[in-house]
Amino acid sequence: MIELIESYYAYWMCFLLLTVGLYGMLFKENLLKKVIGLSIFQASIILFFIIVAFKDGSTVPIYDASFSERGPLGYINPLPHALMLTAIVVGVATVGVALALLLRIHKAFGTIDESTLWKDLRK
Amino acid sequence: MNAFFQASFLPLHAVLVSFLAVPAILLASRRPNLREGISLFAALAKFALVLALLGSVLDGNRPVLELLEIAPGISLSLAVDPLGIFFALVASGLWILTTVYSIGYMRGNREGRQTRYYASFALSLSATIGIAFSANLLTFLLFYELLTLATYPLVVHKESPAAIRAGRMYLAYALTAGLLFLAGTIWLQTRAGTGTFTAGGFIPEGLFSSWELTTLFLLFMVGVGVKAGIMPLHSWLPAAMVAPTPVSALLHAVAVVKSGAFGVLRVTGFVFGPETMREHGLDLLLASFAGATILLASIIALKQDDLKKRLAFSTVGHLSYIVMGAALASTAAFTGSILHLSAHALMKITLFFCAGAIYVHAHKTRVSELDGLGRSMPWTFGAFAIGSLGLAGIPPVNGFISKWWLASGSLESGEAVVLGIFLLSGLLNAGYFFPIVIRGFFHAPAQAEEGTHAHPSSEASPWMVVPLCLTAALAVVFGIMPDFPLPFFDLARQIAESVTLSGPGLLLPSG
Amino acid sequence: MIGEHLPIIVILTYCLAALLMPVAGLLHRKAPSILALIAGGGALVFSLMTLWKTLTEGAFSYSVGAWPPPVGIELIADPLSAFFLVVITLISTLVLFHAHFSDGAESGQQSISYYACVMLMLGGFSGIIGTADLFNLFVFLELSALAGYGLLGTGSGRAAHSAFRYLILGTVGASFYLFGLGFLYAETGSLNMGDLALILDATGMQTTARIAFVFIIIGISLKMALLPLHQWLPDVYTDAPAMSTALVAPIGTKVAVYALIRLMYDVFPSGPGDWAFPVHSILAFAGAAGIIWGSVMAIPQTNLKRMLAYSSVAQIGYIALGIGLATPFGYIGAVLHVFNHAIMKACLFLFSARLEKTGLGIRIDKLTPATRLRLPVSTACFVLAAISMIGLPPTAGFFSKWYLILGSYESGNWFYVVIILASSLLNAVYFFRIIERVYLGDTDEGSPKPVRVRLTRRNLALVTLALSILVAGLFNVWIVKSLIEPMVPAF
Repeated sequence: MIELIESYYAYWMCFLLLTVGLYGMLFKENLLKKVIGLSIFQASIILFFIIVAFKDGSTVPIYDASFSERGPLGYINPLPHALMLTAIVVGVATVGVALALLLRIHKAFGTIDESTLWKDLRK
Repeated sequence: MNAFFQASFLPLHAVLVSFLAVPAILLASRRPNLREGISLFAALAKFALVLALLGSVLDGNRPVLELLEIAPGISLSLAVDPLGIFFALVASGLWILTTVYSIGYMRGNREGRQTRYYASFALSLSATIGIAFSANLLTFLLFYELLTLATYPLVVHKESPAAIRAGRMYLAYALTAGLLFLAGTIWLQTRAGTGTFTAGGFIPEGLFSSWELTTLFLLFMVGVGVKAGIMPLHSWLPAAMVAPTPVSALLHAVAVVKSGAFGVLRVTGFVFGPETMREHGLDLLLASFAGATILLASIIALKQDDLKKRLAFSTVGHLSYIVMGAALASTAAFTGSILHLSAHALMKITLFFCAGAIYVHAHKTRVSELDGLGRSMPWTFGAFAIGSLGLAGIPPVNGFISKWWLASGSLESGEAVVLGIFLLSGLLNAGYFFPIVIRGFFHAPAQAEEGTHAHPSSEASPWMVVPLCLTAALAVVFGIMPDFPLPFFDLARQIAESVTLSGPGLLLPSG
Repeated sequence: MIGEHLPIIVILTYCLAALLMPVAGLLHRKAPSILALIAGGGALVFSLMTLWKTLTEGAFSYSVGAWPPPVGIELIADPLSAFFLVVITLISTLVLFHAHFSDGAESGQQSISYYACVMLMLGGFSGIIGTADLFNLFVFLELSALAGYGLLGTGSGRAAHSAFRYLILGTVGASFYLFGLGFLYAETGSLNMGDLALILDATGMQTTARIAFVFIIIGISLKMALLPLHQWLPDVYTDAPAMSTALVAPIGTKVAVYALIRLMYDVFPSGPGDWAFPVHSILAFAGAAGIIWGSVMAIPQTNLKRMLAYSSVAQIGYIALGIGLATPFGYIGAVLHVFNHAIMKACLFLFSARLEKTGLGIRIDKLTPATRLRLPVSTACFVLAAISMIGLPPTAGFFSKWYLILGSYESGNWFYVVIILASSLLNAVYFFRIIERVYLGDTDEGSPKPVRVRLTRRNLALVTLALSILVAGLFNVWIVKSLIEPMVPAF
């Protein structure tokens, strides 16, 4: 059991972040906090990919003579990193759209608290 | 395009002529004479086209028209066989008379929404002829559902809360029935590989187990039984009497309920076949429901004071005559069944026409109000008398002939109980119709109370009286000469023989 | 020459149009709408060409930047993707046509961004359909989703709020998809659909792959509004402006259906021994639950759009049921229903757009025969679409159900037959209620005047859609034989 946590500690951290993000999105009533939760959630998934890309004792994927003796094992996998750049951009765009929507909500209702919105203003 | 006008496309033309009349009627909504003229023209054209096909069918041809493949392995196809032409003749012929009658009724009653009325009628008749000429189960289902949709505006015509409720009930019953029929169709189609109507049935032996076959039969029977008014699926019929009388006349004497009865005949004679039905006890199953319906409906009719409701329950009872004949499945019984299809149509439409004339002219709807009315409206009540005689099974009206054959059929099958039911029902018919005639002619009119109308001093408008006299006269003519002017008896005999003497296995005469 | 590049041309058409929107906005007030129409029409032509090419020559692929797969990103065109592409472009072009001539969205400055969002969303949809790379699918998924949030969030504050909830849930879904993809990549090292199929076939479904599958499917199901992940749909479709809903509702969930079909049948192995749990049965059951839940929830609604939204949940249920049945007829029924439902829903929501625009309102209890007199042609189209949704022959809806019932029968599931039939009755209840209200009862003016029925540019799109329902119904065998049968996987 301890061994399980110890050898995969990076993944556990990642899942912890994921849970924190989900908690924020689902259980926080302030819409902005939901957006923050969303950010954390997305960050955790990006982190997951990064962890997957890691190899023991390897370095960044820029050619370096001292690491090339081990061949591909000398460098971490660059593909997930490239993918995650895209994902980060997507995340940024998502947060942007979310904040824009929040502005509209605030302008229309004067509040960004979910429970107030449901109870008073949308009924 | 040339091919479209060939003779081989006649069945399609017969179906389409009133369908195409619908936009014309809608466009002519501001010119009532033109609008009614179009309706009448479409009715005459339809009857003419059906007559043209009659000659071909009597010669032994069976025109088949495959339109397009509409589901994997199934085509939308029309086929004209004796049963189809029989029903088409009845429906299209009576539509002409109903259109004439409608003109009198709708104008006399100053009804609103007449355009919708005539357009829906035209569409319903299109669907009815489509049902008559359907070659397979899916085509039948298609036109059957179309009939439900086309008749809905007619049922809710008055737009009163009662009418809307009746419409909802009608839809609920009819749509559910359609869905059950669909389930049965798919099941049968996939197992048997075909859905084409074949005289004597097309379900091979052993394809279904006995309980599967019973379930399948029930699916189909509920599907057609709603429109055919088999108890306990009949409740929509009395409720639908809230519609104007020509609607009740044509729909509930001819188009809708006869489509249901026609469906029963098709399913029992051309899908299952007498042999299959006998082997799995389906004939007994159907006969028990039919018998119960006949008796119960007649008893309930006795208690109705509303004239149209009385006629409605009478219709329920008489439809089950047809169903019973189909259940008995002997040659004589089937002949009687088919004959009763036209006989009852003629007689019942007469009665409904009379009821409508009474309503429009004398503003009476209840049986208790009709005392002495016969003296002012002799033609109407005379026709009513003829219709009642026929329904009770008394010669020389054609009701006697169909009943005779049904009775023979029950003897042929050795079912004395059924014979008893027919005789009892005849007595009950007399019981609920004859008093109307007797009191109409021989009792003095009751004193007119405050707020009700006194009896009129004249007969109703000729637009209404002429059609009802014609139908009554036709009932007598067919009663005396069953093959004149249309070879109904000949056709009925042909159909019954093709059903009972072919198909999987021969039919043994008794028990 | 165009032929080889077809898969990417459709995507580029939309994206290019999105980029040119500000320019169009400078030229003329109505220019963005016209540009959108041109782009939509062009995309439609190209997608029809793609369909033709795949049917006559077979499937073909396209490598972006000439990098061969699995290194590069691959786009594919095969009967399945071409069919979906045609559905998307056809319906969206018709809706855009209606928007231009009839109930256009905001005019003036806002229309630039509105139509830019529309183009981006459609470009995203085309990308989802065209791509053969799973991460590329995620990118297009998010692209279309973000543009969609923008479209659906304009209008009122309520719309923004509902769109926000959709954003949260939608991003969770897409992120789950990405999460699952991570597992899958960690296990197999490839992101290309064809490549993955080979690898997974060889190695079988190990635990990691199974986990990946679950997350991916949950993500897709959320986008697809499959029960119980449908919660976002009713609010969003109701509160968004009617034109946005008309654009998104018929096609938005369908691209997720496409992704589901691809994943379940072309990427992951679909033999019975590969699964630890009965995936197809669960999918079919969720579909069936969606059918009943959606139909039941639609009945008490007083808002027309909300009723249609729940109806959409039910219709997605039909499609999911068809996919989950895992029989040829079930599959055909599902894909045919994608097409039929897109047409029907577009027709229904465009009617609600007409109601909103003419100020008649979308509250069902406020509908009267006056509605019908004011909008005779549109109401007639609505009635036809309603009859099709109920499933009466010879409309298209009847035949989708025909195939689905055949499929249920094929797989021996009587339960689903009952569900499909029962749902027809439930649909009849809430649709006939509306038909009753607009056709029966007195208008305020006393006896109603006969109506003037005209076919104008305003209702041309509606009429086209309504007629298509009949055509799609009568010619369903042709559609199935020529277009759908080539794509049915071997069962």
